[in-house]
Amino acid sequence: MSGSRQFVSGDEAVALAVRLIKPHVIAAYPITPQTIVVERLSDFVEDGSLRSEYMHVESEHSALAACMGASAVGARTFTATSSQGLLYMVECLHYASGSRFPIVMMNANRSLAAPWSIFGDQRDSLSQLDCGWLQVYAEDAQESLDLMLQAYRIAEDASVLTPVMVNLDGFVLTHTYEVVEVPEATDVNRYLPPYKPTVKMDFEKPISMSISAGPLWHTEFRLQQQQAALHAREVIHAAEAEFEAVFGRHYNGLVEEYRCEDAEVVLATLGSVAGTVRLVVDELREGGTKVGLLKLRWLRPFPVEEVASIGERVKALGVLEKNISFGYEGSVYSEVNSAIVRNRNVPATINFVAGLAGRDITREDLIGMFNILQEAARGEKTDRVIFSQTRWG
Amino acid sequence: MAVNVKNLTDTEYFFGHKACGGCGGSLAVRLGMKVFGPRTFMAMPASCMSTVGFIFPHMPVFTNAMITPFPAAAAVMSGMEAGAKALGIQDYHVLGFAGDGGTADIGLQALSGAIDRGDRITYICYDNEAYMNTGVQKSGLTPYGTKTTTSPAGANLPGSIRPKKNLFEIVAAHDIPYAATASVGYPQDYLNKLEKAKNTQGTSFIHVLAPCPTGWGSEPELSVELGREAVDTGLWVLAEYEGGEYNLNRNPKGFLSIRTYLGKQGRFKHLTEENVAVLEKHRDYRWEKIRSRWRLPGGKQE
Repeated sequence: MSGSRQFVSGDEAVALAVRLIKPHVIAAYPITPQTIVVERLSDFVEDGSLRSEYMHVESEHSALAACMGASAVGARTFTATSSQGLLYMVECLHYASGSRFPIVMMNANRSLAAPWSIFGDQRDSLSQLDCGWLQVYAEDAQESLDLMLQAYRIAEDASVLTPVMVNLDGFVLTHTYEVVEVPEATDVNRYLPPYKPTVKMDFEKPISMSISAGPLWHTEFRLQQQQAALHAREVIHAAEAEFEAVFGRHYNGLVEEYRCEDAEVVLATLGSVAGTVRLVVDELREGGTKVGLLKLRWLRPFPVEEVASIGERVKALGVLEKNISFGYEGSVYSEVNSAIVRNRNVPATINFVAGLAGRDITREDLIGMFNILQEAARGEKTDRVIFSQTRWG
Repeated sequence: MAVNVKNLTDTEYFFGHKACGGCGGSLAVRLGMKVFGPRTFMAMPASCMSTVGFIFPHMPVFTNAMITPFPAAAAVMSGMEAGAKALGIQDYHVLGFAGDGGTADIGLQALSGAIDRGDRITYICYDNEAYMNTGVQKSGLTPYGTKTTTSPAGANLPGSIRPKKNLFEIVAAHDIPYAATASVGYPQDYLNKLEKAKNTQGTSFIHVLAPCPTGWGSEPELSVELGREAVDTGLWVLAEYEGGEYNLNRNPKGFLSIRTYLGKQGRFKHLTEENVAVLEKHRDYRWEKIRSRWRLPGGKQE
């Protein structure tokens, strides 16, 4: 329970978590704003406080491929990337999930070129919702550290065996310093015992992994992936319950509802901006408006029941994301709408696209969004997709 | 005792697969796996051999094995090595087989990274001189004058217009502990090199020529003969790179006529006298460099 309190960035919180998790193999390629994670891990390996094989790979594609090879022989693995790096390893994302390797990866959410930018948004990971990985988004450095510990429990669970991507908003979270509770190694060992692979390469019982399967069998492999990813919901809840028992910090499952009980208008969002939305909700509540925040934590498995439940209860539901799928709308907005479409009550929904390539999402921006949502709740007509911060008004 | 045809194990580690009759690649894999034995972690990227070797539920590979992403054979092998090392696994080998495209084109970056890290893996490139798995398209190791489906021979072009990429020397330039070229037409030489690679501390690499009846337009029963003639014509070189030195293994006094070799293959049927002269020129240029710079068998060249 005790641990130590340290003043660290989100990246450093992840690195500290990985040192406690003790992966056998770390393979990573540097990319801003993930670099501090791999720099700290390299330091830990050098100073002997982490006994992992640290592989200097020549690309992100090879980073994940190396994790696959290591995972195949029974090793616990870690990699981290961001943005273009995530896209460079896309082929391997599918290989890793289809092969059921329980790899855990930290992704620093960053915009995609072109226009080139190192700053944060969520277009990298949200473009990869279909790659078969579980995806979770952290709000702050403490949650980042805690999610890393939980991610291994979930990925390695014999009933899941699916890789997990832990997402941190670039710079806003990866480079912002906060006080973080770093747990004791003994508690972490209790929560996350040494990795015992369910399936691995074995000289007594040799196997072929990452095989090919055509029309006769492919569907069955895909069905198993789908079942495992859906089942992860229960495993996530169990991992959080056990986490609270060991470390005393409570998490809420796939989503967190903040002041939603009697809310007429709710803004759903993901990642670090949830913290700002919380404050704005408090402020608007003081003024007597019934608003709430739905923090989407896990996007895979998607919190379909939780979102549907909110949809039943509110008059307007906004989705704020640092993302846009050109020619349509933000993908999180599509997912939220899909989750409520079978409801008896389908509220007005609006997509707010903001925070692209690190543009600040301010209190004023958020108040504006809640105002538009309240107009929609009153039955006024609004645009479905709003680029909320453009220079052109 | 050195491994030879007599003492080579009867145990098969690669059988029941769906390769074409006369496939040189499957022969290279079969011999390689016999030398490396059961305590092997094996990797194959997208290629003919992974296509014919892992079709669920028919699993014809009898060591631990996996398919890797196309560009990532060497990276997956590196990961296997790092994982096995971290887990304290004793007495094992990491072996990979990739095609010419999977090695010299799309897989070159990962191969370079693995050699640079010095990972103890053995990477074998079985070279059938085109993307055979996808239907005979030109690769970086397709020879000059080869008709493929993306380098057609016609009134304007003689098929492929570039010579083979010099993969062996590209790999050796990393100062790799052990690299070799081989041919399935000279199996004892290939076995010797497999044995050396297996016992190398650090990265080892073998580039083995593997005739492909389907892509070469040759009779299946001629694959071994063509593997031998490629060497005897001087179009393929048997050599090693070890301890920072290039060693030529066979230094024929005279070359077999290129025409003998080309004539048995549909992919070269269209070649004119001038085209053949270009091939000879490429060959002679390469041999001149080899004979002036490399160590020759039995001391100096005759």
